[in-house]
Amino acid sequence: MGLIQLGRQDKDGAPDVITGTLEKAVNWARKGSLWPMTFGLACCAIEMMAAVSSRYDMDRFGAGVFRGSPRQSDLMIVAGTVCRRMAPVIRKIYDQMPEPKYVIAMGSCATSGNIYDSYSVVQGVDRFVPVDIYVPGCPPTPEALFDGILKLQERIMQKRVFVSQPKEIKASLKV
Amino acid sequence: MHQLARRIEESFSVGFLGAMEWRGDVAVTVTRDALHEVAKFLRYEPGMDFDYIVHVSSVDWPDDEERFEVVWEFYSIRKRHRIRLKTRVPESDCVVDSLTDLWKGADFMEREVYDMMGIRFRNHPDLRRILLPDDFTEGYPLRKDFPLRGKGWRDTFEFLDEVPR
Repeated sequence: MGLIQLGRQDKDGAPDVITGTLEKAVNWARKGSLWPMTFGLACCAIEMMAAVSSRYDMDRFGAGVFRGSPRQSDLMIVAGTVCRRMAPVIRKIYDQMPEPKYVIAMGSCATSGNIYDSYSVVQGVDRFVPVDIYVPGCPPTPEALFDGILKLQERIMQKRVFVSQPKEIKASLKV
Repeated sequence: MHQLARRIEESFSVGFLGAMEWRGDVAVTVTRDALHEVAKFLRYEPGMDFDYIVHVSSVDWPDDEERFEVVWEFYSIRKRHRIRLKTRVPESDCVVDSLTDLWKGADFMEREVYDMMGIRFRNHPDLRRILLPDDFTEGYPLRKDFPLRGKGWRDTFEFLDEVPR
């Protein structure tokens, strides 16, 4: 039985209708089918791979279809240390993703640069792409990544879909 | 003194500066002028036969007159011995001979030394930066006087056309 099913089933005579807003239905569809893009840069990627594999099974949350192309994905999990030379590549890939798109900064390095306070390491991926969810840890366990994905799904449910927004709104709040 | 080091000393009385052995590692220091000849000796002399270059690296000693030290490590797959070769260069003229004509594998490693420490290699076929972008202007990051956090490159994103958030 789906979330939205109109009409009635004559079997028991009771109307089989669930009411809700169209916005909620759209958001529900979006959150239930996050297609992440593989963007592993360092050791966090190992935990990300573990999260997809059979023991943890990220597919339970509808986010198990990892794509190799940004054009087919709507979630970028930046997993690992972001070097300055990688920054334009990440930005280009982010720009190639179709809307709506979300970014998870997985681990301390992607969040803040971690201990790598060095000339070549970007101090947080949020300096050049908007980040929705920060997952702490070095590296985060698959459970922590799941927590981030669930938090992102909660956030997607709160977004407005059919409302026009002012142009100067923060890019990370765009729907 | 180790047998390998003694043979180098016998063959190069002028260029040989000293040898050190520590826990089985043999290191030989030579002058910059003798470097290429010593390397050729190591490569082709039957008793030496160092056919494999393990690595090329460099050390910055900021207080010394000859500031930089370039270090090569060689291994002989057939004879199963290894040796480390060192030479010093001053900051005002930091050029050493390239060993790419003896070991092809020295190519990228010498480029890395050039990239990170700014030591140039004479007769290198393609001496460009290898890790950092070609338009990197801040200098040579592994030098001791390079600031740890760099000079602003890591925080400049020229590909962002919007104003900083």
